[in-house]
Amino acid sequence: MDINYNADVIVVGAGPSGIAAAISVAKGAKKVVLIERSQYPGSKNMYGGAVYTSALRELLGQDIEKIKFERKITSHTYAFLNETGSFELTYQNNESNSAYTIKRFNLESQLIEIAKSYGVYYIPNTLVKSLVVENDRVIGIETELEKYYAPVTILADGVNSLLSQNLKLKQDYKPKDIILSAKETLKLDKQTIEKRFNLKDDLTQGVAKQYFGSDFKELKGYKNLFMMTFLYTFKDTIMLGVGANLDDLSKNKLNINEILDIIKTHPSIAPLIEGGERIEYSAHMIPEGGYKKMPKLYSNGVMVVGDAAGFINSVHFEGTNFALISGKIAGQCALEALANNNFSSNFLSLYRKKLEKSFILKDLYSYRNIIERLYSRSNSLNIYYPNKIKELFEIITGANCVSKSKQFREFFFKLFKDRNPIELFKDAIAFLRCALDVFFGK
Amino acid sequence: MNNKEKNKKSIQDKLSNLKYNANSEAHLKVDIKKCLKCTSKPCTFICPAGVYEYRDDINEILVQYENCLECGACKVVCPYNSIDWQYPKSGCGIILKNS
Ligand SMILES: Cc1cc2nc3c(=O)[nH]c(=O)nc-3n(C[C@H](O)[C@H](O)[C@H](O)COP(=O)(O)OP(=O)(O)OC[C@H]3O[C@@H](n4cnc5c(N)ncnc54)[C@H](O)[C@@H]3O)c2cc1C
Ligand code: SF4
Ligand code: SF4
Repeated sequence: MDINYNADVIVVGAGPSGIAAAISVAKGAKKVVLIERSQYPGSKNMYGGAVYTSALRELLGQDIEKIKFERKITSHTYAFLNETGSFELTYQNNESNSAYTIKRFNLESQLIEIAKSYGVYYIPNTLVKSLVVENDRVIGIETELEKYYAPVTILADGVNSLLSQNLKLKQDYKPKDIILSAKETLKLDKQTIEKRFNLKDDLTQGVAKQYFGSDFKELKGYKNLFMMTFLYTFKDTIMLGVGANLDDLSKNKLNINEILDIIKTHPSIAPLIEGGERIEYSAHMIPEGGYKKMPKLYSNGVMVVGDAAGFINSVHFEGTNFALISGKIAGQCALEALANNNFSSNFLSLYRKKLEKSFILKDLYSYRNIIERLYSRSNSLNIYYPNKIKELFEIITGANCVSKSKQFREFFFKLFKDRNPIELFKDAIAFLRCALDVFFGK
Repeated sequence: MNNKEKNKKSIQDKLSNLKYNANSEAHLKVDIKKCLKCTSKPCTFICPAGVYEYRDDINEILVQYENCLECGACKVVCPYNSIDWQYPKSGCGIILKNS
């Protein structure tokens, strides 16, 4: 079969994974076309708010210095919300240089400029409608107007990846495999943010907060609702969003925006966003089936990267790093396939082997059961323990003229009285198993 | 106002300052025959943009595709696979610059 190839590699989707794949091919001096459906870079994309420097540095080397971020993240908080307040654990490191906030429009815009400087041919405003398949091999793509041919196609088309579904590499997600998230971008002036979060005024400090807990009166009556709230400081905006399992939402007939509106009035969150003017509202899915729901990652002439492959760690809100590195690895495999003039599924299995050696499949494997385990204990995590922590801290901090040891004793006995010991035991086992999974993971 | 009405209003508010490049063709279509079998109609309460509305007077699902945020949740949650879910045409649909 004689095909007139337009390029060596076609990459579909210009999010972090697609851009990384394209850069990695261009660095090998091969012709690569990067196709994106949106008119402006990153304008279909949303996330919590921070990218990780180690992955960007691994892809870009010194060129990372060209990227303008908003704020460095120097403070990470994990918090449990209860009805009237919260229990928060903060890790602060002013020397940290590992994560920065940046809006997706700005991230993708700058990465695409860098990609072009390496020779990537960028085509925006172009929806890929389907793949061109001949003799069971992907040989190109079809847009609304024309076909492009290349011996290798990399699918970086995000969580909805219609293309890998059409190719039967991936099955439809079930609601329980998905977190649906909604977010607001709230504008405040820079000084207000710095004063409120106790940050220096030179953008070298910023906060990321992740909250568990759903025991508010407005959410009482909803069952087994596992949700996570996030907040990031940008230069003159705050991102506040919440994600919940789609199956839980569906069973409870609950809309994610209802939860977002409730979160905004929580006594621990409302003061942080006070006066913020909403300039954008967005929604996006997070695939969280993880290792167990991973699609087939390659086939004849094609590889799948980033969110399209479900490469994400939703416990830690990490995704762009998986996207960037899986893209880079797929790009390298494409170069090897070109060098060997072999584009078969067999040859491209190299991609999976390389992923297995990287943190991507190691982490995905270690976390393969964690989400399920946390879900199975979602009432404990979201309701029971946040309330117990609250009771405990009321004792520690409330000088209420009752002997402390009496209160501690009562608290301790109530722990076993309020909750069936079997449930406590199950909690302990589930959390222990999570810890063991990570500790003895790959 | 009950919770559902409040949420509808809240979503309308939030959509009001979003930017879209209008798509002249519907990118979301439902198969009404399947929808008639569907008792819970999850699309009508899951969508973060309130795109789907069940009108019992005409027994139809109205799809305001122009408001779509392109998240994909309706497709995943639909129990009858009734939604023909496509992306808007090249360059059309939601434009996010602050997310
Ligand atoms: C609420 C939320 C919070 C998150 N927070 C963080 C965080 O703080 N830090 C972090 O590192 N990660 C975070 N993530 C995860 C991260 O956003 C993703 O893992 C990452 O964006 C995946 O990159 P990608 O390139 O694979 O896919 P995407 O970023 O989704 O890019 C896919 C691209 O493909 C394009 N496309 C799709 N189909 C076609 C087609 N047919 N033709 C042409 N173009 C197409 C899309 O327009 C899009 O630009 C978060 C995710 C969510 C939803
Ligand atoms: S959920 Fe699906 S089948 Fe049910 S009403 Fe909505 S589109 Fe129709
Ligand atoms: S894709 Fe998301 S925003 Fe669009 S109609 Fe479906 S659920 Fe609503």
